[in-house]
Amino acid sequence: MPNASSALAEQFDDLPQQQESSVLGMWTFLATEILFFGGMFMSYIAYRSAYPQAFAEASRHTIVLYGTINTAILLTSSLTVALAVHAVQEGRSKACFWLLVLTVLFGCCFLVVKGLEYHDDLNEQLWPGPHFKSGLPPQSQIFWFLYWAMTGLHALHVTIGVGLLSVIAWMAQKGKFSAAYYNPVDVSALYWHFVDIVWIFLYPLLYLINRYS
Amino acid sequence: MITAVPQTDIPRPSLAPRRLSNYFEEGGRTLASWLLTTDHKRIGLLYLYSIIVYFIIAAFAAALIRIELITPAGDLVTSETYNKLFTIHGTLMVWFFLIPSVPAVLGNFVLPLMLGARDVAFPKLNLLSWYLFNLGGLMALYAVAFGGADTGWTFYTPYSSTYSHSHVVTMAAGVFIAGFGSILTGLNFIITIHKMRAPGLTWFRLPLFVWSLYSTSVILVLATPVLAMTLALMSLERIWGLGVFDPKLGGDPVLFQHLFWFYSHPAVYIMILPGMGVVSELIPCFSRKPIFGYHFIAFSSVAIAVLGFLVWGHHMFVSSESIYAGLVFSLLSYLVAVPSAIKVFNWTMTMYRGRIYLSTPFLYALGFIGLFTIGGLTGLFLAALGVDVHVHGTYFIIAHFHYIMVGGMVTAFMGGLHYWWPKITGRLYPENLGRLAALIMFIGFNLTFFPQFVVGYLGMPRRYHSYAPEFQIYNVLSTAGASILGIGYLLPLIYFIWSLKHGRRAPSNPWKATGLEWQTSSPPPKHNFHETPVVTEEPYQYSPVPEQRLIYG
Amino acid sequence: MIIPTKIYFRVWLALLLLLVLTWGLAQVDMGRFNPIAALTIAVLKMLLVILFFMHVRYNKPITWIFVAAGFVWLAIMIDLTLSDYLTRNAVPPTLHHTWQHGAWPAPSKEGP
Repeated sequence: MPNASSALAEQFDDLPQQQESSVLGMWTFLATEILFFGGMFMSYIAYRSAYPQAFAEASRHTIVLYGTINTAILLTSSLTVALAVHAVQEGRSKACFWLLVLTVLFGCCFLVVKGLEYHDDLNEQLWPGPHFKSGLPPQSQIFWFLYWAMTGLHALHVTIGVGLLSVIAWMAQKGKFSAAYYNPVDVSALYWHFVDIVWIFLYPLLYLINRYS
Repeated sequence: MITAVPQTDIPRPSLAPRRLSNYFEEGGRTLASWLLTTDHKRIGLLYLYSIIVYFIIAAFAAALIRIELITPAGDLVTSETYNKLFTIHGTLMVWFFLIPSVPAVLGNFVLPLMLGARDVAFPKLNLLSWYLFNLGGLMALYAVAFGGADTGWTFYTPYSSTYSHSHVVTMAAGVFIAGFGSILTGLNFIITIHKMRAPGLTWFRLPLFVWSLYSTSVILVLATPVLAMTLALMSLERIWGLGVFDPKLGGDPVLFQHLFWFYSHPAVYIMILPGMGVVSELIPCFSRKPIFGYHFIAFSSVAIAVLGFLVWGHHMFVSSESIYAGLVFSLLSYLVAVPSAIKVFNWTMTMYRGRIYLSTPFLYALGFIGLFTIGGLTGLFLAALGVDVHVHGTYFIIAHFHYIMVGGMVTAFMGGLHYWWPKITGRLYPENLGRLAALIMFIGFNLTFFPQFVVGYLGMPRRYHSYAPEFQIYNVLSTAGASILGIGYLLPLIYFIWSLKHGRRAPSNPWKATGLEWQTSSPPPKHNFHETPVVTEEPYQYSPVPEQRLIYG
Repeated sequence: MIIPTKIYFRVWLALLLLLVLTWGLAQVDMGRFNPIAALTIAVLKMLLVILFFMHVRYNKPITWIFVAAGFVWLAIMIDLTLSDYLTRNAVPPTLHHTWQHGAWPAPSKEGP
């Protein structure tokens, strides 16, 4: 078992102070992320209110099935990462490791499904530019620009999350964490949940909201 | 008057014996020990060295601008070069000098000391911030060296995204990366202030500099990501050939301005709040009186940070923004004047009947109050919807924000640097030269920028390399002032470097100031305190001391 | 604070049910209530994740403040930007009068 005092960074007095600092630090970072994505959500809102018809028409070309499957995958991966934190809180490092591996796999599944969807979108000529699908109003290219930018940035976050959780899983495998010290697991899980939350909003905004309007 | 006397340091039980180790010696003197350090004090100094480099480059661009403007004809540089010069000046000064100046240099150095902490909450993240900052800086310098950008520091679309033939994307990427550096600094400060305070150091015993750093950090954390996203969208549009701000598709370039100013107006307060914090330290110390209205000053910092987010539309009165939105933004902008006025009033009341010592830091603080007041009041002209239409895009606005940025923030930065110099280096700077430099800077500054108020009100537009002949007299005055200002900056640079070797050794508390940072040795040991201090009283418990007890160099 | 696993499973079940619900509602034409329903469900899902998966329900008030800050500031940005977009083409009555009766030329009709 790891020695709790070796996990204490020298600037802190005790483990609870370190634990609370890193959790608050992650929340501060997530507030930053909210506003980072916020710039794109703001653009979406501004143009959807200006061009409701064009946005409705454009969004009918998104593939709901892929979006729904991916939502289910991410929601489930949120469960497994929450269970991983629960396992390490009870000192079950092995269970924590396997749950993290499962989360990473879900993350990869999400990326694969997203890749398939991107492939279909490209076949449908939904990439804005001179070869954009004909018959749609020009403003619908703004929708598709935002679609690619928002899902692309989200996919980047998923990729970072997969990398992060892989490292944490590896550390858990090495026995770095215990019921007394599991800070990195906790904080990485928060990040993963945030990635899930972003998708919870992208799903209705890009796939559902304009089906009938 | 003040006379130099031998050092008489009051012995304190918490002070370790003489021949103390300090952060210069502990950890080694190699280059690697500096580049890989996680010590907040060393990182603060790393920031100091970096911002001096960016400042010199940006100041050089300003010098060329001022020389071009001596004559009405555009004879020294072409208009294209002129556009690049003011872009270099603006971009480097805003993101690579002003924003990190007080928070990342003085804040990094002093904050953990003021809190009685061994370091910031996340020291490695702190170092990463510095690397991100410089990576961004190098990208910006790369853009400058290989042709420069000509969009101005505001990167307005559609010029930046469609028409400009310059290194817009590289420049924006530099700002983007440096932005993440400042986000991480803000995050670090917030958590440090929440979690690393010494026993007994409650929120209302915190020095006001800490309150102002906290407010600044809130802005850094919540505004900077929006700038990053805005610049990313703009760059994407430039690379992709179409995008959300593109009028061809029905996009609205004014949306760029909304998102840009959602960051950049609060960013103006990133460039003044820390300065206000420094002044709140200097005034009570050199008036030898407790600060007047501690709670008001503390909360006015928070109020400025929050209100700063509600007023960005006053930059866009003439941009086709709706009249109703303009009215709302205009009214909200007036609210910012309230907390600012509270601060000025309280500083003045602190000095009233105080025992005033005209030391160098205090001269800077006085300069700050005057120049900030002028800058702030002319800001009200610009917040007024009707007046702004008249003076928008003229030198009036240039003068206004230079009174805040240079007259305010740079003055406060210089004041803070002099105040904490003995703590940082363990040496005293030459006091009389310091006072002289402060005076030169004040005169040079006013001569440079006051004529710009006049010429702007008369209608001279900003960002042109030639102008109508009747404006020449004001521009000549301005250029003459800039030369004096240049000497004012050069002088401290010289005597600070001189003092490193030849300055008198500083005692641990040369100003007899309160604050925890003065209770450790000068320069402090690597972990700041030999034993964690315990705070038992309110801040700024100053009382008059006999003149000879306040030590000068 | 260790939360029993059954709470996690229940929350997960609720999330999946909400997903099915929002997908189903999108297939029905409810006019302007489609977006309202979709976003309400999204907010509910987000709250479930934040409160339970991210443990905020069991945290100190200071965490609540940190969580809220990001959303409040996002709301500020959206709100004040929309204050422009939603009134962009509205002309105050007095100006309207001026434009109709001379003094100033009327602005062109084409909006942004």
